Amino acid sequence: MTDSKYFTTTKKGEIFELKAELNSDKKEKKKEAVKKVIASMTVGKDVSALFPDVVNCMQTDNLELKKLVYLYLMNYAKSQPDMAIMAVNTFVKDCEDPNPLIRALAVRTMGCIRVDKITEYLCEPLRKCLKDEDPYVRKTAAVCVAKLHDINAQLVEDQGFLDTLKDLISDSNPMVVANAVAALSEIAESHPSSNLLDLNPQSINKLLTALNECTEWGQIFILDCLANYMPKDDREAQSICERVTPRLSHANSAVVLSAVKVLMKFMEMLSKDLDYYGTLLKKLAPPLVTLLSAEPELQYVALRNINLIVQKRPEILKHEMKVFFVKYNDPIYVKLEKLDIMIRLASQANIAQVLAELKEYATEVDVDFVRKAVRAIGRCAIKVEQSAERCVSTLLDLIQTKVNYVVQEAIVVIKDIFRKYPNKYESVIATLCENLDSLDEPEARAAMIWIVGEYAERIDNADELLESFLEGFHDESTQVQLQLLTAIVKLFLKKPTETQELVQQVLSLATQDSDNPDLRDRGYIYWRLLSTDPVAAKEVVLAEKPLISEETDLIEPTLLDELICYIGTLASVYHKPPSAFVEGSRGVVHKSLPPRTGSSESAESPDAAPSAGQAAEQPAVIPAQGDLLGDLLNLDLGPPVSGPPLAASSVQMGAVDLLGGGLDSLLRSDVGGSPAMGGSGFTAPGPAAPAAMGAPLGSGLGDLFDLTGGVGTLSGSYVAPKTVWLPAMKAKGLEISGTFSRQVGSICMDLVLTNKALQVMSDFAIQFNRNSFGLAPAAPLQVHAPLAPNQSVEISLPLNTVGSVMKMDPLNNLQVAVKNNIDVFYFSTLYPLHILFVEDGKMERQMFLATWKDIPNENEAQFQIKDCSLNADAVSSKLQGSNIFTIAKRNVEGQDMLYQSLKLTNGIWVLAELRIQPSNPSFTDLELSLKCRAPEVSQYVYQAYDAILKN
Amino acid sequence: MIHSLFLINCSGDIFLEKHWKSVVSQSVCDYFFEAQEKAIDVENVPPVISTPLHYLISIYRDKIFFVSVIQTEVPPLFVIEFLHRVADTFQDYFGECSETAIKDNVVIVYELLEEMLDNGFPLATESNILKELIKPPTILRSVVNSITGSSNVGDTLPTGQLSNIPWRRAGVKYTNNEAYFDVIEEIDAIIDKSGSTVFAEIQGVIDSCIKLSGMPDLSLSFMNPRLLDDVSFHPCIRFKRWESERVLSFIPPDGNFRLISYRVSSQNLVAIPVYVKHLISFKENSSSGRFDVTIGPKQNMGKTVEGVVMTVHMPKAVLNMNLTATQGSYTFDPVTKVLAWDVGKITPQKLPNLKGIVNLQSGAPKPEENPSLNIQFKIQQLAISGLKVNRLDMYGEKYKPFKGVKYITKAGKFQVRT
Repeated sequence: MTDSKYFTTTKKGEIFELKAELNSDKKEKKKEAVKKVIASMTVGKDVSALFPDVVNCMQTDNLELKKLVYLYLMNYAKSQPDMAIMAVNTFVKDCEDPNPLIRALAVRTMGCIRVDKITEYLCEPLRKCLKDEDPYVRKTAAVCVAKLHDINAQLVEDQGFLDTLKDLISDSNPMVVANAVAALSEIAESHPSSNLLDLNPQSINKLLTALNECTEWGQIFILDCLANYMPKDDREAQSICERVTPRLSHANSAVVLSAVKVLMKFMEMLSKDLDYYGTLLKKLAPPLVTLLSAEPELQYVALRNINLIVQKRPEILKHEMKVFFVKYNDPIYVKLEKLDIMIRLASQANIAQVLAELKEYATEVDVDFVRKAVRAIGRCAIKVEQSAERCVSTLLDLIQTKVNYVVQEAIVVIKDIFRKYPNKYESVIATLCENLDSLDEPEARAAMIWIVGEYAERIDNADELLESFLEGFHDESTQVQLQLLTAIVKLFLKKPTETQELVQQVLSLATQDSDNPDLRDRGYIYWRLLSTDPVAAKEVVLAEKPLISEETDLIEPTLLDELICYIGTLASVYHKPPSAFVEGSRGVVHKSLPPRTGSSESAESPDAAPSAGQAAEQPAVIPAQGDLLGDLLNLDLGPPVSGPPLAASSVQMGAVDLLGGGLDSLLRSDVGGSPAMGGSGFTAPGPAAPAAMGAPLGSGLGDLFDLTGGVGTLSGSYVAPKTVWLPAMKAKGLEISGTFSRQVGSICMDLVLTNKALQVMSDFAIQFNRNSFGLAPAAPLQVHAPLAPNQSVEISLPLNTVGSVMKMDPLNNLQVAVKNNIDVFYFSTLYPLHILFVEDGKMERQMFLATWKDIPNENEAQFQIKDCSLNADAVSSKLQGSNIFTIAKRNVEGQDMLYQSLKLTNGIWVLAELRIQPSNPSFTDLELSLKCRAPEVSQYVYQAYDAILKN
Repeated sequence: MIHSLFLINCSGDIFLEKHWKSVVSQSVCDYFFEAQEKAIDVENVPPVISTPLHYLISIYRDKIFFVSVIQTEVPPLFVIEFLHRVADTFQDYFGECSETAIKDNVVIVYELLEEMLDNGFPLATESNILKELIKPPTILRSVVNSITGSSNVGDTLPTGQLSNIPWRRAGVKYTNNEAYFDVIEEIDAIIDKSGSTVFAEIQGVIDSCIKLSGMPDLSLSFMNPRLLDDVSFHPCIRFKRWESERVLSFIPPDGNFRLISYRVSSQNLVAIPVYVKHLISFKENSSSGRFDVTIGPKQNMGKTVEGVVMTVHMPKAVLNMNLTATQGSYTFDPVTKVLAWDVGKITPQKLPNLKGIVNLQSGAPKPEENPSLNIQFKIQQLAISGLKVNRLDMYGEKYKPFKGVKYITKAGKFQVRT
């Protein structure tokens, strides 16, 4: 008696026969027939033709039959919307049934019928069920709201179901609370801006209570919801942590990981000196380790998350190295993840064990795994200096095995070891050279060529070796070609006498026979360097290289912080923020860790305040041209463990040195020489620019200058507070914020440079694109010491207005390029126009009258300055502080009229008439008329007025 | 949330699909098949696959892939846990979680899936609640049903659904009241060439079979609860009591369930109950090698090591093996290259040994890798961590239950490198 009998068919045609059975009088036969229909449906057979016959069976007392019919309905209602209406009556009736099971079943099924037409019929029954006396019905109804929202969001909002749902968060039954939270979370995901889950301490308390009593799945929903809450202080954070900690012992791993997320996030707010902080750290380790004894699929997700946790707080798992040792029958995806974490946990204390393991792995069968293990040995050497020697000898042992891919990987990592410890392990070069012929992968060939070029003076036959590569120059990949070019130039500079022919050969190959612009450009650069000044060439090409950093493959701190907020989600598996991969433009809200209270650590990262407003105000960043320059400067010695920032540091430094301070001239020639480039590369996206304007003008710091302005001295004009111009995420960890000021006749750009990357930054330089008023740095950017990670430096950069002029749109747009040892970054910002108002902008009265009449009326522009309740004297003294001078004051019909003048740095005069109504307190708007021969500046002058007067 | 579920067998047939929201076309599984092809080995299919529109999260159990389709950001662990729960439920209902069992009970499967998930949100996953909603198939029931016309779907609201103890139904009645606990410990270990322990830890569980009438409130205490520093509890356990008194206090579910699982961490010393002497070598430039393995008991507190089985994945170049076992029997599968030696019980007086010649493919290079030995064994009446149950007390009910505790130690992932 199994269900497989339902699959047997007869010759006559299945559908026909089923139809007859469904219309049979016998209950039993009917039920059997419906079962057959369901069975066909499960295997994907189309039985939609039976729709009316099945729906006819719906009105029955038999619960099983009812359920079966419902199953069918859910599947096919969409394809038969007109027929589905037939079912509505039964649903409405069932929602009144005395049996809560039937009521719940009806409301559940209703929501699954995804037919727009019938949704409106469902509102009344749903409303009733949301208030049902039985919690089982309420919790089912809560989910139904989410279903309905998916079909018709507007309807749900209009009917006020969202509010009812919010009320259910305070329900007395924990299961109802959990389902309400789950439904709200799902709805909120499609409406990121709606404050559906606006939590306050009271609702948090409700959730925490429900957390202890609801099902495991409900706990997951509640914990995920809690993680979005921002506690108001560290005490609240601690009390939430205390109540969440017991979830770490739950048997369901998803509950455990969601709890870990809440703890990791709120821990950020706790002071490190707190005893509780230490306790919490200790409590986190065991549950994480336990996740690794679960099924491999769970292990994989757990490992991806542990990878993040270990980067954020390595202290949690530092004693648990052994649990990450690989078992030979682990699935490959688990093996690779374990290996990654082993390297992260490697330290002087455990390096011996780790190395022994890695050596073991290097003899396994799986090629990908073996390769990664070999690379891991190299990473150990770079990370733990004491182990370097042992690592090198292990690598040499592996090279002796002559297994092709092992040898190639080993050579790639040995190159990195040479970079990290120069002049220490060169004795192994001979062994490496023996394996030259077996290298067939570009990366390994490039690494070997780099080694030969770098140590050309110690390798007797370096020229022969490199020459042998040159034979097949055009068949090599770009990486190898570029490397070969550089290596031969190095060789030439070291042994000029014997290798002149070789270098000429490679330069002509690169510049004349190659189609690759990168290769050609680099060839020309070398060629000119060598032909104009060989000594300088030597200094540049053979310059001492900066050391490479210890940690590799680390996630950028800003991204890591964001990912920590996504522990347990798909984002944590992919190590990308959801905005990077979630389909559609759902406008994912960026999450960020809460700032630590009561400690001086840098709490003001740009995205620490997750207000949507701030996000919109972020200035425009221009990435396009940076890539181009980056390519040009790149030496293409792709390091094996390529995290983007490291790739830059280990490789490009030489390249930046190569061009030395020449960047400025390079930039200038680029911009000047090709207007097309200046146009396309430097144009800021339109909508972002005005948004940036709001920030410098909008907030209050100017009060400070009120006083001085009132006295009427020439001390300085209004300065807007600093805003972030270049967020760290867009500039490989460099964050720039700043503002503009004018003090005693000189313009300054006040900058704060913050290093949010993991490596030291140095060699800063700044350059402006041509702009409307010829603003240019009057002195180079002076950053005296290299900028260490997490440090920031304040700089006041004096500006002059003698640079070249190009009209920008908007007029006050300024495009800036900043260079450091990592890369070149671009951003654009808007400067307030009043920094250009000069001190001698006071016009003679007669002159004013004459000019006012002289300027045609169509050049006059009218503006309103809203909500300014200052009187005429306060206004004029405030404006004088920013070099807007009052020439005359009149009183006409109870209104004060101020006549003012100002002059821009480029000699343009602007005349103003300002109308103030002091007698009428309810009318606080000022009316401003501006007259100027260049009317396009009027708007910006008005903005300056507005900013000065409101601060 | 969980959008759809596809069950796929090893030969790549989709034999069941269930959609909790709109219908997703079967073609979405093509991405899965692609990944499966790339992975070669079924075990190596990555559990999370992204496709242009969906995410596929899958588990592999009992030769069936459970592939779920996700459209929004969902905790993957939640999905994986749920899929395992589905498989557990099938196992519970049909005695096995196999393609035939599922096909034979397809309507019940469908009813179950509908009951377990609503709009992608888990609804009822506790076995006892499900069993009240949908009765498991038994031969007797199907006979009775066909005579009386009654169905195997319960028509009252399960009592546990909303109580604070959803895992237990009301009105349980037994004539013999019994409570049994099995303390099962598995040793996960990696032993290196020289016989020293690279890594070892104990994964323990206490599985319970409770058949007690009414609403019993149990307290289980241990002689040495300090051993348990990393524990995962069944939701029925009162966490506060454990924190303060180190006593497991709970109202148990009815029937079989896992009370706790625990890990005795690698910081503690783990006694390794067996040792292995091995000599596996392949000669350079010859088509043969030697194989000689002996297993012996060690530190087993006077208990016998039994059920010993050794499996070895030999290198690809191995053609055949000519071995003699002093005890038990061995098989070598020349296709999968797996050598399995069923040893049985180890008697310390006469240690089991397996030795002989390995035949290699002629002309093939000497295998680089050394095969790891995978050992299974069992020791009855011993919890290797030393964990001991002190006593079990029952409150809330008047009758005297019959109580029992059983200990067993097994090898988990126990590997010896050569």
